[in-house]
Amino acid sequence: MSRIELDRVVVRAATPGGPAPEVTVLQETTLDLAEQRIALIGPNGSGKSTLARLVNGLVEPTTGRVTVDGLDVARKGREVRRRVGFVFTDPSAQLVMPTVVEDVALSLRHQVRGREERAAAARSVLASYGLEELADRSVHTLSGGQRQLLALAGVLATDPAVLVADEPTTLLDLRNARMIGDLLLGLPQQLVLATHDLELALRCERALLIDDGAVVADGSPTEVVDHYRASAG
Amino acid sequence: MTRRTPTTDVALIAGFAALIAVCAILPDIKTGIGVPYSLQTFGVLLTGAVLGPVRGFLSVSLYLVAGLVLPIYSGGASGISHYSGVTAGYLVAFPIAAALCGFLVYRNRHNATQFAFVFTCGLLSSFLVVHTLGPLNLAWRADLSLKEAFSFDAAYFPGDIAKNVVMALVATAVHRAFPDLAARKRSAEVEATSAA
Amino acid sequence: MTASPLGDYQPGTSVFHRLPVGAKLLGLLVLSVVAVAFRGVATTGGLLVLAVACCMVAGVRLGRAARALRGVVVAMTLLAAYQTWQRGAEHAFVVVGALVALLLLATVFTTTTSVDRMVDAITRWLEPLRRFGVKPELVALAFSLMIRGIPLTLAIAGETRDAARARGLERNPRAYLTPLVIRVVAHARATGDALHARGLGDE
Ligand SMILES: Nc1ncnc2c1ncn2[C@@H]1O[C@H](COP(=O)(O)OP(=O)(O)OP(=O)(O)O)[C@@H](O)[C@H]1O
Ligand SMILES: [Mg+2]
Repeated sequence: MSRIELDRVVVRAATPGGPAPEVTVLQETTLDLAEQRIALIGPNGSGKSTLARLVNGLVEPTTGRVTVDGLDVARKGREVRRRVGFVFTDPSAQLVMPTVVEDVALSLRHQVRGREERAAAARSVLASYGLEELADRSVHTLSGGQRQLLALAGVLATDPAVLVADEPTTLLDLRNARMIGDLLLGLPQQLVLATHDLELALRCERALLIDDGAVVADGSPTEVVDHYRASAG
Repeated sequence: MTRRTPTTDVALIAGFAALIAVCAILPDIKTGIGVPYSLQTFGVLLTGAVLGPVRGFLSVSLYLVAGLVLPIYSGGASGISHYSGVTAGYLVAFPIAAALCGFLVYRNRHNATQFAFVFTCGLLSSFLVVHTLGPLNLAWRADLSLKEAFSFDAAYFPGDIAKNVVMALVATAVHRAFPDLAARKRSAEVEATSAA
Repeated sequence: MTASPLGDYQPGTSVFHRLPVGAKLLGLLVLSVVAVAFRGVATTGGLLVLAVACCMVAGVRLGRAARALRGVVVAMTLLAAYQTWQRGAEHAFVVVGALVALLLLATVFTTTTSVDRMVDAITRWLEPLRRFGVKPELVALAFSLMIRGIPLTLAIAGETRDAARARGLERNPRAYLTPLVIRVVAHARATGDALHARGLGDE
């Protein structure tokens, strides 16, 4: 299991319109995450995405340090990103190539040399997610569920040790949300999952409740979810 | 907090190249004076005003190069044929006009949300670059005198002024929505990321 | 919607399909300079014959050639009429005939060159610039992103136009262009983040 550590991390952002007054998006936070599946829950705007994005350097700490298996995200960004996969809410921004097979092949550019070999490897990745029929389709023509599944396949193709997912099921219908949720929770990888779906959170080993830029509860998902439900009234 | 990454610059360059393509192939807007104008030059100057000189130039160049094999120039004829034709001067002028417009806007970036300022930058760029290179090539290719070519070109003036008004309205709105778009970059690596 | 943004490429095995992209572009450039430098009835006649021959060798279908010319037919007719009126019919043939010939030759280029080969050629040409900090793979990526971006942007344009119409603002270009461009920027940023997460900024 990998180990994600936040050491006295603070994130501030400039307010739109001027550099002077800054807002604190994440208050000083120190965390050690080594469980298999960790859920981040909390209301809108609480700081879940910010916390998730710190793990692979999409957000930089204003002060403090984030490390993954001892690698400093700010200094060893490249190594960290090879280790940490990231799934976003909106898959259409993640799928960057015109066709399905090309998009997966893009992920494999370091592992497999040669255009033909890469396409073949990409097809076998697609097959393992039941997407082989879609290989030559234009990404634009896929349904939302197919897109999220493809985005996930593209990220998992490189076999990262950690997967960070920021509300990966929010845009999906009930059936696709369940399919993607089951898939994520069944992965051998370490999972950091920001979600509003409390059922998913309950199936993790650890949950963090974020509110107003601070971790306000941390522990077993049942307790943390109860706390959240109580505080939401 | 959020880094300005080279990949975001590449995505913006590509996104605006696609936007110009869409502007060029969308059905023309019907204007009051009866002449339909394509939105192509709107897209070109907007790209400069929003992305600045470097990214703007690269984005318009990407659009032009992709247009060699894709039918995304206005008028619908397939790509490269335009370079053999009488409109090549306008196409070649586009990246230069975008760069000039972006340079003017970004030089005074705190004014990037001022309509009159962005409108003036756009208008200057289209008159100094588009309406000089365009008719010069027209004269050469269609074997017209310079006077004839420049008077044909003048037919586009009213439409261009209208397009610059819309361009400035949209560009200022975008700068208000994304104040960090025109922020100074923090690293030099950005310049090196793309040269389409 | 008039043009399909997916291109005019037509798979085949003609000599033009096998010719390197650079050679084809260079040939076009040379011929278009010749057309102006040696303006005359013979040059234009020769170019027209050459253009038709190339179209036949490349297997350009008649419909495709017609479509390539359709967009410029009005301008060409106007130019021909103007030149006939000002300088006589022969001059009109010389000028307009050469332009039509070059247009047909350009169609040969687009019909026989796929986007893939174009991108490969460009990345190869940019390779020597690597030591000045140019990254050819990012350029290739920009191409892919743009091609993927066209149908996406068309879809957003349709949505913002409908939204403007629903609010009775269809006559106001700003009302649908502003949200369109804002969504293009927002989408580009999300894409940039996703690319960064996939390690593409790290090469
Ligand atoms: N670039 C920025 N500039 C200023 N404020 C920001 C910026 N990015 C995020 N914020 C603010 O930081 C706070 C936390 O945002 P974040 O996206 O992490 O919340 P979240 O918990 O993921 O919310 P949601 O559940 O809605 O996705 C919000 O109040 C947001 O407005
Ligand atoms: Mg969020």
